[in-house]
Amino acid sequence: MILEVFVSLFIVVGAFFALVGSYGLIKLDNPMARLHGPTKASTLGIGSLLIASVAYSVLQDDLSLHELLITAFLFVTAPISAHFIAKAHIHQHIDDDEMPSPPRDTSWAVRRPPDPPADD
Amino acid sequence: MMRRLLPHPWLTALLTVVWLLLVNGISVGAVLLGFVLGLVIPIATAAYWPDRPLLRRPGKLLTYIFIVMWDILVANVVVAITILTKPNSRIRSKWVSIPLDIRKPEAITVLAGTITLTPGTVSADLSSEGHSLLVHCLDAEDADAVRDEIKTRYERRLKEIFE
Repeated sequence: MILEVFVSLFIVVGAFFALVGSYGLIKLDNPMARLHGPTKASTLGIGSLLIASVAYSVLQDDLSLHELLITAFLFVTAPISAHFIAKAHIHQHIDDDEMPSPPRDTSWAVRRPPDPPADD
Repeated sequence: MMRRLLPHPWLTALLTVVWLLLVNGISVGAVLLGFVLGLVIPIATAAYWPDRPLLRRPGKLLTYIFIVMWDILVANVVVAITILTKPNSRIRSKWVSIPLDIRKPEAITVLAGTITLTPGTVSADLSSEGHSLLVHCLDAEDADAVRDEIKTRYERRLKEIFE
């Protein structure tokens, strides 16, 4: 009984955060800000749905730990896809003067490096 | 000899555990097959792992994981509140550049991943020589405060763990 309440609670919380993440994707107004919705709100959303799934499998007397793997893979892949989307966006739509220049190096990695000084 | 057979002992252990999780059960056959995969895969992919990442303080890594998990929890709530309650015109998005003290590729990767998963920040790019990280903040008052928090909270710990 208590476990059932626990499972339902996690499903509702998970669904709420997944919904907020998707809503952020529509509501925010520039592509970089839009990246924040799916990278965060949905990690907790999916995370609690998976916890609910593990708890439910315990309830059914059939322990399943696939969910741990899904979580691990999600946590490894979500930042990387976000990183690539950000890189593609900077490459095509953002000028150098809109973002800070790197404190120590000559340019950010998506930019073409400045031409080396010509050898005389 | 041992080094050639087991170039990455931790990877072998990890692959065995992942295999058992994929099978979703423990039996002698599954453990054995998982272990064989754990032996073969590191050898077959050795070319992509030029050196063995060294964990100096494995205990600290555990603390780090718990801190990050907690921050992910907080980050989700903060971002949800920002998305739901603030009109777009009042969300102060900013770029922040973070000079890096850590040099190991593994440490920088973990830092970039952590930044993306935690409070209102996405790591967007690395500088051409890998000395600084470009981060985008969803809603930040002060770019310097964000930079200092990332440096003291995450980077300092990663430096202890990896370098």
